[in-house]
Amino acid sequence: MRRQREAIQDYAAEAQLFKRRALVAFSLVVLAFLLIFFNMYHLQVRSYYEYQTRSEGNRIKVVPVAPNRGLIYDRNGILLAENTPVHSLEIIPEQVRNLEETLTALAELIEISPEQKQSFLQDVRRQRRFHSIALKEQLTEQEVAILAVNQHRFPGVTLEARLSRTYPFGDLFTHAIGYIGRINSNDLQRLREQELAANYAASRNIGKIGLERYYEQLLHGTVGYQEVEVNNRGRVIRTLRSEPAISGKDLILSLDVGLQLTAQQALEGLRGAVVALDPRSGAVLALYSNPGYDPNLFVHGISSRDYNALLNSRDRPLINRVTQGIYAPASTIKPHLALAGLDRGFITPSHRIWDPGYYQLPNYSRRFRNWRRHGQGWVNVYGALIQSNDTYFYDMAVRMGIDTINDAMTAFGFGQRTGIDIHEESAAIMPSRGWKQARFNEPWFVGDTVSLGIGQSYWTATPLQLATTTAVLVNRGDAIVPQLLQASRLGEQLNPVEHQRHQAVTVQDANHWQVILDAMEQTISTPEGTAFRAFRNAAYTSGGKTGTAQVVSIAQDAEYDADALYERHRDNALYVGYAPAQDPTIVVAVVVENTGGGGSTAAPIARQLFDYYFSAGVNQ
Amino acid sequence: MNDVISESQRPKGLAIFHIDTPLLLGLLALMGFGLMVLYSASGQSQAMMQAQLVRLGVALAVMIIFAQISPQTFKRWGLPLFVVGLLMLVAVLLVGEVGKGAQRWLNLGFIRFQPSEIMKIAVPLAIAWFISSHSLPPKLWRLLVGFVMCLIPTLLIAKQPDLGTALLIATSGIMVLFLAGMSWRLIALIATLISALLPVMWFFVMHEYQKRRVLTFLNPETDPLGAGYHIIQSKIAIGSGGLQGKGWLQGTQSQLEFLPERHTDFIFSVLSEEFGLMGVTVLISLYLFVIGRCLLIATRAQDNFSKLVAGSVTMTFFVYIFVNIGMVSGLLPVVGVPLPLISYGGTSMVTLLAAFGILMSIGTHKRMLAS
Repeated sequence: MRRQREAIQDYAAEAQLFKRRALVAFSLVVLAFLLIFFNMYHLQVRSYYEYQTRSEGNRIKVVPVAPNRGLIYDRNGILLAENTPVHSLEIIPEQVRNLEETLTALAELIEISPEQKQSFLQDVRRQRRFHSIALKEQLTEQEVAILAVNQHRFPGVTLEARLSRTYPFGDLFTHAIGYIGRINSNDLQRLREQELAANYAASRNIGKIGLERYYEQLLHGTVGYQEVEVNNRGRVIRTLRSEPAISGKDLILSLDVGLQLTAQQALEGLRGAVVALDPRSGAVLALYSNPGYDPNLFVHGISSRDYNALLNSRDRPLINRVTQGIYAPASTIKPHLALAGLDRGFITPSHRIWDPGYYQLPNYSRRFRNWRRHGQGWVNVYGALIQSNDTYFYDMAVRMGIDTINDAMTAFGFGQRTGIDIHEESAAIMPSRGWKQARFNEPWFVGDTVSLGIGQSYWTATPLQLATTTAVLVNRGDAIVPQLLQASRLGEQLNPVEHQRHQAVTVQDANHWQVILDAMEQTISTPEGTAFRAFRNAAYTSGGKTGTAQVVSIAQDAEYDADALYERHRDNALYVGYAPAQDPTIVVAVVVENTGGGGSTAAPIARQLFDYYFSAGVNQ
Repeated sequence: MNDVISESQRPKGLAIFHIDTPLLLGLLALMGFGLMVLYSASGQSQAMMQAQLVRLGVALAVMIIFAQISPQTFKRWGLPLFVVGLLMLVAVLLVGEVGKGAQRWLNLGFIRFQPSEIMKIAVPLAIAWFISSHSLPPKLWRLLVGFVMCLIPTLLIAKQPDLGTALLIATSGIMVLFLAGMSWRLIALIATLISALLPVMWFFVMHEYQKRRVLTFLNPETDPLGAGYHIIQSKIAIGSGGLQGKGWLQGTQSQLEFLPERHTDFIFSVLSEEFGLMGVTVLISLYLFVIGRCLLIATRAQDNFSKLVAGSVTMTFFVYIFVNIGMVSGLLPVVGVPLPLISYGGTSMVTLLAAFGILMSIGTHKRMLAS
């Protein structure tokens, strides 16, 4: 009985003990749930805005949209640079059931090189499965057609059309327009410095040289944005908001396709440069450097083999000879010197000298030869210009002296960049005492001055400088800045550029201009004129000056024999001209390398340009 | 005990089938809520919903079957089940199959299962059987034996490695000892001992990935793209839910898959994002109701074995909840424990409802005896 009571008591005590423990346990549970609740309160109520912001940041991505690049037209509205759809074959791996089978089947339809396949498979491993990956780019129209017909057989295989820059005229405008290419680290650095990087967020290409580079900001346009909702892998679920991109401005150039083609045909097989501009405004009508190269090669990334071929070619096709070609101006600068001589009183229109066929400095034995070995006899400024007499200009140059020559020729624009709207331009060299001291650490000798009279020795100029300095002559002192751009256009809004013109050369007597221009006109109109044969029977009046530049100096008393000379040591042919003779509307400068006489090689090219210019009615 | 006797002699309603109605309603409410969240968390996957429904059906059936078995039968099974389970755990370590980087599976040819799931039931049964065979509170040596019975499977499972299950099994064993009346002094002593052992665990027992989890837990922002990513994204999901939530199926963190394991371990974050603090409160209240009901069943149970088993199973259920919510809300390190009755998943759901079946058996059979 007692045992039983004890057992019952034990049982009651045990039940009590368990009840207490269960209560402790339940309190623990309630406490823990309160802890959870307060933590949730902290997260969901007190920190709500912080987490709300981070949640939005997670799901919303801003995707930039590239603007369409502005187009480039010639003066008549002919397209010179356009954006054409380029088709590429792309595959979304996620949507393809069997990648290997698909590739094999596609290879039966169109040609797929092992390199293309390999680079594709590499991309597949690197990219997200839902990203479209290009298998073959730049499909031909035939390939596009074949694939379009068979597309239903290949889920996940798409034909993508992207806009790609194309230059329909190939090498015709390369040196003027340039090209675009992939944005590289240097470009990116420059964009960052100019704080333009954001505008290029979606752009793959940028102007590399020529107008494409110079007017990059006009052509590029303004980037647009799309606010999209993405999932954790960055796949776009839907578009929330979008701000469309603003296309770049179209450029309308002053260049004329016909004139440009004329220049190209004229320089066929030659190395040289042709530039034509309107002396009144500086509008460039033609700018052609031969040989050129196809800018389309650069748009999709040129192969290193092709690039090395261009880079190492002896003909230097990458050089823009119009603006970067540095040539001795030779006799083409005689009109400029004569003007300075007249104006500063070193010669008068009637002043004459005796030309024995050479010029000799007092007390020196060296003879500076006239190109006409036996001399011209008595010669005044007209005769000196018309027949390009060297002796006359040796004499005048020595009497003027280096400082006067430098001063007068710098005013014309020699030795300075013309400011044309492409970056690839050289200033060439207008020598001076200071320049020679700095360059060679030597004083200026009077012998150096002699050759300056015929545009040789250290004096160099670009073909473009020859054109702009000639424009100063025909403008009777006014200089212009050459410009390729005529107007920019966005939609209907046309924005013509302002041409700059300022007085660069002032003269004591305005008649001096007429003396020079008369002489230049007679250079082509009188039978003795060096350009007479080139311009015989022209339908218009014009004026000009030939030049023949020695590339290597010829020893005293040696004959210049073109055939005996190594081809690249032959003379350069030059010509500057304008037309019509009264109130000219076009100035042309021509330089042809290593072909001999300016009158026989360069002047006919200028004539072809003038002929086309007047017959086609360019600029009228 | 008087109230029990004063109740009607015949059991009412579902009690005939050994079903505890309030507990069943609580469980069904949680499952319903869970299915709703899962529909959203699975990305509205019909297949997942069907699988989960089948699983819930199977689990409920197992619960009902277990509820029919009398507590005395469980008491007899306790030790044999424990021994078989232990042998299986050893077998897993020797010949087990690897899944998700851990060796947890045992392939018996016709079925592939995790022996650790058996131990979730076997450990509390066996220890409760051992402790309840003598009067409470147990003597020290009995406590020690009980402790060892709990420690061996815990270590074996931790070695697989499956820290979450090990934690749950340790809880189920220790809860039996605690509820049996183990003295507070001893508890304090053990607590001190454990805190002293922690550094030893860190350097000699824990796996590299476990250490990383702890470090990430301490400062998740240090590794936002690696191990900390889960916690950060989970906290963003919870926090951005706010008071009312973004709405069902409207959670951007979960629908756009920023949330990892969103239909399994991190389903609570989906719930918090879409239903806000209000949804969380509803969930916690339901859990509290279930736990309260279960503890009531435990205190009303007729014998010590039943009390201990019921209490232990309930507290294990609680630890499930607390560890999961603590983990996804950044209170605890990431330990792979699902949110009970809500998370998508098979084996653990069946084991859990089997445990509730035992609880119902305890809650209903004692009345039959009393009558």
